[in-house]
Amino acid sequence: MAEKVQSKHRESFVSGIIRQNPLFISMLGTCPALAVTTSIESAFGMGLLFTFVLLCSNVIISLLKKLIPEVVHTPCYIVVIAAFVTITKMFTEAFLPELYSTLGVFLSLLVVNCIVLGRAEAFANKNTVADSFLDAIGNGIGYTLAICIIAFFREALGTGGITIGKIFTFLPQFTLPLLKYPGTNIDMSMSVFTDSAGGFIVMGLALAVIMAIENKKNTKKKVDAKIKMQQEMAAKKAAAAKAAAAKSPAPAVATANAAIATPVAETKKEEK
Amino acid sequence: MNPAVPYIVTFLLAIVSSMLIDNVVLSRFYGICSFIGVGNKPKAAFSMGLAVTFVTIMAALVCWPIYTFVLQPLQIPFMDTLTYILVIASLVQIVGLFIKKYSPALYKAFGIYLPLITTNCAVLGVVQGNTDSGLSFGMSMANAIGTAIGFVIVIVIFSFIRIRLEEYKTPKAFRGIAIALITAALMSIAFLGFSGMVPSN
Repeated sequence: MAEKVQSKHRESFVSGIIRQNPLFISMLGTCPALAVTTSIESAFGMGLLFTFVLLCSNVIISLLKKLIPEVVHTPCYIVVIAAFVTITKMFTEAFLPELYSTLGVFLSLLVVNCIVLGRAEAFANKNTVADSFLDAIGNGIGYTLAICIIAFFREALGTGGITIGKIFTFLPQFTLPLLKYPGTNIDMSMSVFTDSAGGFIVMGLALAVIMAIENKKNTKKKVDAKIKMQQEMAAKKAAAAKAAAAKSPAPAVATANAAIATPVAETKKEEK
Repeated sequence: MNPAVPYIVTFLLAIVSSMLIDNVVLSRFYGICSFIGVGNKPKAAFSMGLAVTFVTIMAALVCWPIYTFVLQPLQIPFMDTLTYILVIASLVQIVGLFIKKYSPALYKAFGIYLPLITTNCAVLGVVQGNTDSGLSFGMSMANAIGTAIGFVIVIVIFSFIRIRLEEYKTPKAFRGIAIALITAALMSIAFLGFSGMVPSN
């Protein structure tokens, strides 16, 4: 029993990171993912604040799930989320003013973020507080990871390097040159990637890569299943043939062998 | 601002600017979810756009006075987001009831898109942006109108493009949303061309 509970906890935590990634798999929260990913720092900051809001709202909604009447549940969730967004805004404005001004209106837009509302509707109002907590952390990590990946490519391709210390001013300012080396002629940066068009391009390519991986996995699974099924059928045929072999052994074995050989060859062909 | 220019010209320029140059979807990234979600149905896209237009303009009309005459005098401007989202949610409800009563045909056209607007970032984004950047009432109305029209234009064009996209053999991995996003990128580059229209000063 204890093991089962533990595995449920692990499931709520892990599924949000890769398998049910809110951005790449569920296609939620695309607006901030395109808007704040011009630099990896702002993306990371957004991910952090997003995780905080999601965590607080998930826990509170899961605590209140029996108190909130079904008819008005969405407005109630929105109010809870909006309260935490306001708190987050005030903290960010006070302690990280650079992050506050970079994220701008997108910080307020966390209120209508589909992931926060979606997790409240789909998870927190049905599950225990502990599970909702873990679910929020898992989804937060997954989303932060996803937008940081997009931001990495956009910043690297658009500005030619990765700069740290501009928004999180307590860190030493540091630029990692990748495509552009100051003091030399080498400059392969393309400013279109930090423009709005670059966001769409990088996001589209990222989705295509994920889809390609998925497709490959699916075809492999399908082919594996097919081969297994055919082998089973062939084995059955062989068994039947063996039973029949009491009368004429030689030709039956030959047909059984052929039955094994042909379907495998066929599936190989299909795979190509 | 040049005092010799009549106010109406400034107003119209502001509308054009937020409609085409700072397009809501393609350069400000509001409402991407509905932009992708409507998909390849131009009719649905148009109804969605109409509903968004309606609510955005109404919300801007209501929220600016609330911020200026209620929240600021009471010195609670930090409650803005909370207030706006409540205003938008109740507006959507009221508009829904009103249209249902007086124009069932229009209500049918809006369909399921009306309740979805509450969580459309375009509406909250415009209203919040208006007060965050301290626009005057006229300018914030221009921003709301321009943004709403820009939204309609882009999602309708995009839904037509997606119909055409489905007729072509795109690579397997790009099918669906991936190619749609690449198309949006090209549209965004095309809309960059409008940035020469209004002289920046």
